Amino acid sequence: MQITSIDDLQRAKGAGLAQLYPDKPKILVGMATCGLAAGAQRVYDLLQKKVQQAPWDGVVEKTGCIGFCYKEPLVDIIIPGKPRITYQEMTPEVAESLWEELAAGRIPEARVMARLDVDDMILNGGPRRLFKGKLTGFLAKAPRYEDLDFFKLQRHIAMRNCGFIDPDNLLHYVARGGYFALYTALTAMTPEEVIEAVTTAGLRGRGGGGFPTGVKWASCRKAQGRPKYVLCNADEGDPGAYMDRSLIEGDPHSILEGLLIGAYAIGSSEGYIYVRAEYPLAVKTLQRAILAAREAGLLGQNILGTGFSFDLKLNLGGGAFVCGESTALMASIEGKPGEPRAKYVHTADKGLWNRPSNLNNVETWANVPVIIAKGADWYRDIGTEGSKGTKIFSLVGQVKNVGLVEVPMGVTIKDLVMRVGGGVPENREFKAIQIGGPSGGCIPKQHWDLPIDFDSLREAGAIMGSGGLIVMDNSTCMVDVAKFFLDFLIDESCGKCIPCRLGLKRMRELLEEFSTGKGSLADLDELESLSEAVKDGSLCALGGSAPNPVLTTLRYFRDEYEAHILDHKCPAAVCKELITYTINQELCNGCTACAQECPQGAITGSKKKPHTLNTSQCIKCGACFEVCKFEAVTVA
Amino acid sequence: MITFNINGKKVQGQEGWTILEVARWHGIDIPTLCHHEALEPYGACRLCVVEVDEGKRSRVVISCMYPIRSGIKVQTDAPRVANVRRWIVQLLLDESPGAPQIQELAKTFGVTPSRFKKTEVDFACHLCGLCVRTCQEVVGAQALTFGNRGLRKEIATPYHQRSTDCIRCGTCLYVCPTGAMEQLFPQVSAP
Ligand SMILES: Cc1cc2nc3c(=O)[nH]c(=O)nc-3n(C[C@H](O)[C@H](O)[C@H](O)COP(=O)(O)O)c2cc1C
Ligand code: SF4
Ligand code: SF4
Ligand code: SF4
Ligand code: FES
Ligand code: FES
Repeated sequence: MQITSIDDLQRAKGAGLAQLYPDKPKILVGMATCGLAAGAQRVYDLLQKKVQQAPWDGVVEKTGCIGFCYKEPLVDIIIPGKPRITYQEMTPEVAESLWEELAAGRIPEARVMARLDVDDMILNGGPRRLFKGKLTGFLAKAPRYEDLDFFKLQRHIAMRNCGFIDPDNLLHYVARGGYFALYTALTAMTPEEVIEAVTTAGLRGRGGGGFPTGVKWASCRKAQGRPKYVLCNADEGDPGAYMDRSLIEGDPHSILEGLLIGAYAIGSSEGYIYVRAEYPLAVKTLQRAILAAREAGLLGQNILGTGFSFDLKLNLGGGAFVCGESTALMASIEGKPGEPRAKYVHTADKGLWNRPSNLNNVETWANVPVIIAKGADWYRDIGTEGSKGTKIFSLVGQVKNVGLVEVPMGVTIKDLVMRVGGGVPENREFKAIQIGGPSGGCIPKQHWDLPIDFDSLREAGAIMGSGGLIVMDNSTCMVDVAKFFLDFLIDESCGKCIPCRLGLKRMRELLEEFSTGKGSLADLDELESLSEAVKDGSLCALGGSAPNPVLTTLRYFRDEYEAHILDHKCPAAVCKELITYTINQELCNGCTACAQECPQGAITGSKKKPHTLNTSQCIKCGACFEVCKFEAVTVA
Repeated sequence: MITFNINGKKVQGQEGWTILEVARWHGIDIPTLCHHEALEPYGACRLCVVEVDEGKRSRVVISCMYPIRSGIKVQTDAPRVANVRRWIVQLLLDESPGAPQIQELAKTFGVTPSRFKKTEVDFACHLCGLCVRTCQEVVGAQALTFGNRGLRKEIATPYHQRSTDCIRCGTCLYVCPTGAMEQLFPQVSAP
């Protein structure tokens, strides 16, 4: 379908709405990478087969990730005049019975996660109530989305379409208000007004630094030199973080529309999306979205009949973490080694091929159409004084609800961990969060009232980063944590500059001494001054922020470092060199489980008699500790 | 002419000059390792750091690349700067404790080997890239490149093959500040 005018856009919207909410039942399967990893493909295939085999007037479609990654695979049922119902932890078997119930005209009741009464449709003239009147029976009792702790504090703005549309279907995107913001920008606003709106909205970059997006655009607009480029950073190299992947897999056109609006504002007609090659589904989704937009006329010449032209290329990144850094990314697109260079001349003036360039993160771009459609004031109302809007986090680690969450800026650490995340597993205690990716920082429980926004985090020594958030409980050793992140960064350092290449290695050597009970308090000072040297002296922000995990753990958990150094003890019982396993003679009932498990034969004793552990043979594998049901094996 | 301030002294330089160029012009010493007048600055050794006060904030930058701006205040020996330099020299010395040129550098900074010093190797390449850049920019031969990355980053020839591009001019040997090229050269040039 060609979309070359506002009439076309309206027609596309009508057609899309009829597909989103058809007058027959519809089954939706969450098929982003997280869903696929949990087995969604088999569920989808089975449902498709069923629909094709049996006469049934309904449809099965795929959709992206709504964030409940720990309950995947998810299946949704949309029946005209009923709330949308989400079913969790689907298997092909359960899906089969679900389908049979549905085909028989009943609403399945097993594995209901929640019901959705109102579809927010923030860009489409407001909420759409999915049914009239009162609910009865089990539907009335099913929890609403907004009743779920995981969802209550969330607000989906960047993720507005994830889990609602088929990402490969352009009409679905348009149906929820997509590309109307572009039309508004192109026809009712000057480029300066677009920049003004983004600036007033207070949008700050979601890729790590939190730089004001409008300011960045303005300096690129002002820059001399042609052509100008707009770029999208979809390199996402943080281990365990997958916000950008999920946005791309769930709603690629929101990023395309953001780029189009940005290009118009800056005065660019060419753009690149730099995406990790290790994200095959995201790459494919982007390829299909670009093709669809091009076929519809939303990329190319004379877009929407306004005379504005723009096109996009996809660039596959080789997977080095440092290639996400802006100058390394540009070098990599140019076909050079992905190494950073000094930025004393801004990339807004001399970026890609030495031309004015504007790079933003995936999530930043996805926010842009919302700002144009809803207005800067609407957007400004969300978030805190200095940080507007929402932020997506990938909530992982020692927390019950693992998944993607989009929350207003300013939510406290406590609310995010205890309410959205559901707290740490039983019998454990919340200890700290690590936020901001490998070069982020650790913030301890005593600061859990800290609002999560760019400036508070920076003051606390951490960074927002791109949104990785790891919850740690009391089984975590902070020296070990610092070692873990340094190892990652040492591996990912490009090696160009000395402070990062050799400095991180020395920091790691010092940490190794601490975790083996060597080193002295003076070495803690050395570690601190070296951290400062690496921070100040490194060429790019990889080295510049690499000491953060060390500096924040030192700041908040110095006693833990001192316990390693002075008492030769690891309080969390993680650092192998510093712990001993023993068997409590009172609690041991001689079940022999530990003796059988020990690979060293270090545990001896006869049946039903307390066992003993020979410490000199013990390799501290912890097998005995894991296997003992009577808590008789202790570690300290 | 751009007027600014180094260590409290008023200095002037041409638009487009770096802090290092102006400093040297005025006889103010800033140590460097990877810099050479004949080559494009590269920014790898970080020894040439200085602290710049731009009015709003002060930060540590490398003088060999930072273009001068009017009104900035430059400190070539601020404590943060000295700390960066001390650590760079310490780390280099511990990597190559036996290399005379690095021992020399360490002596001027009063740095001695630490307990982390390497014992076996005396290969002193610190990847300043002078050889690679001279070969490319001055000789025009491209016989040398960087290989690998991170701790394994190295000076190499393309595809690790002895290079037929090398014209055996010896310029790389000449610019190498550590003598490491002497050890590398037999693997560089095709006989
Ligand atoms: C080592 C390193 C890795 C980075 N990786 C990413 C990344 O994967 N994605 C991203 O958007 N920004 C990344 N950044 C930040 C980018 O350099 C850049 O600031 C960002 O893409 C700008 O977009 P924004 O203003 O929208 O945040 C990285 C920075 C560094 C130093
Ligand atoms: S800080 Fe690290 S990653 Fe960045 S240029 Fe230097 S060596 Fe490379
Ligand atoms: S000797 Fe060979 S490698 Fe060295 S600069 Fe000359 S051409 Fe390049
Ligand atoms: S061989 Fe010499 S010139 Fe080349 S990078 Fe190493 S130290 Fe520098
Ligand atoms: S060696 Fe067997 S559990 Fe410790
Ligand atoms: S001389 Fe400036 S970084 Fe090496």
